Amino acid sequence: MSIPMKNNIEQWSNKKIQRRTFFSFTGFILASIGGWFSWKWYRHLPKTSNRLDQTTRDVLSFNEKVKDQFFSNNNLARTYPKERPTKRPRLNGFIGIQENIDLEKWQLEVVNPTGKPSTFFQMNDIKALPKQEIIFDFKCIEGWDQIVYYGGIRFSDFLNKYNLGKKEGSNEWYKYVGLETPDAKYYVGLDIECVLHPQTLLCYEVNNQPLPKFHGAPLRLIIPVKYGIKNLKRIGKMYFSDTPPRDYWHELGYDYDVTL
Amino acid sequence: MKEVEKKHPLAIRWFHWINFPILLIMIWSGVLIYWANGVYKIQVGNLVLLKFFPESFYKALKIPYRLAEGMATHFVFMWIFFLNGIFYVLYTLVSGEWRYLVPNRQSFKEAWQVLLHDLHITKYHPPVRKYNGAQQVAYSAIILMGFGSLLSGLAIYKPVQVHWLTWLMGGYAFARAIHFILTIGYVLFFLIHIIQVIRAGWSNFQSMITGFEVKKNIAPTKEKTEEEPPPVIEA
Repeated sequence: MSIPMKNNIEQWSNKKIQRRTFFSFTGFILASIGGWFSWKWYRHLPKTSNRLDQTTRDVLSFNEKVKDQFFSNNNLARTYPKERPTKRPRLNGFIGIQENIDLEKWQLEVVNPTGKPSTFFQMNDIKALPKQEIIFDFKCIEGWDQIVYYGGIRFSDFLNKYNLGKKEGSNEWYKYVGLETPDAKYYVGLDIECVLHPQTLLCYEVNNQPLPKFHGAPLRLIIPVKYGIKNLKRIGKMYFSDTPPRDYWHELGYDYDVTL
Repeated sequence: MKEVEKKHPLAIRWFHWINFPILLIMIWSGVLIYWANGVYKIQVGNLVLLKFFPESFYKALKIPYRLAEGMATHFVFMWIFFLNGIFYVLYTLVSGEWRYLVPNRQSFKEAWQVLLHDLHITKYHPPVRKYNGAQQVAYSAIILMGFGSLLSGLAIYKPVQVHWLTWLMGGYAFARAIHFILTIGYVLFFLIHIIQVIRAGWSNFQSMITGFEVKKNIAPTKEKTEEEPPPVIEA
């Protein structure tokens, strides 16, 4: 089998060969030096308060915009049958949940965006909503994943039932929801699209049992469209904002969005 | 005058030399990420043959506790890796360069013969062509691996949004393993590539920078006679 190919043999003078070689190597060396200094420039860009330089943050924001083009609440995390979840879900984050908590006295504070006093919810208010269960593949930003089984209520049901998260006198949602542990040591910011995702739950059960302390008793977030770092345990406070709320791992140099 | 073979078009040389440092950055930032859950190893029964990676390796390359930096770097430079690769493939398709690269029915047999020759097992000499069968197979495979890295990378970057792709890749954990194995593949390719380039010699290496390779001298005196004016005979 022969393939027709161009004849690439030419006759060049020594002068032409020398000239071409010289210019090619000059270009190669200049491009290498340029590349090296571009890398040095990038690595030495001044860091912002969130540990990354602004250029990197801009690219990550661009990535988020690209993701927005194909993000849809119809895209669901895969779910699994009841025999699949692990019996002992891995414990990986203890920030904000180390102090002991009196579960009887716990209440969820929802800050009123207009400056009026906060509203407080008890566990009964949460459990009054239809119970949801999800068995899905929990993904940690470190790279491991585990099939887990959580029970609670839809975040969107909670917001709709108690008329939270929308601007006063309008049907428009605030762009972000902020969540914090009672001691405010761990905090996350979430875009409203992911909060309203049908698989985003406020959970009070794991493996059909009440949440143990280190799994986030009495109420934790389960948000399968985000990495584990956003799945805040022991929710103490909720607030709404049009600007991104502070986020624990974002401040330490991670992407803000981390939508899966 | 000299006979010169024009080997690599300017565009391909640019694609090649851009890809080299970018892939290096992708691999390095990938290791920063991998470290946070560095669980892969080659094991027979209870005997661990190879751990990815030993602590000494991490320490020597200052890898530990740089996950955030690794992810940020990976998700910035992925665009350059992606665009450079796409433009390379488009260029080879449009220019017809793909004809030298894509293996045909004989390439695989020839690749085997080249391998035996290079290992000094047989005396069969590979055909003198721009790319022999082994090169065709290797260079085409590396492009497919590039696609594999893009797809498996996307499958673990946005596993819910592209759940169909993650499913095709055998699930989240499997896609992560594919992404890792392909990277090991690049490193092995790189090592063999370097050995082969050294074996092929300077003139071949230079052609990846200049684009051409000097083949042989032809009529070395001809040049002079052309330049000398013919003697004038005065009457």
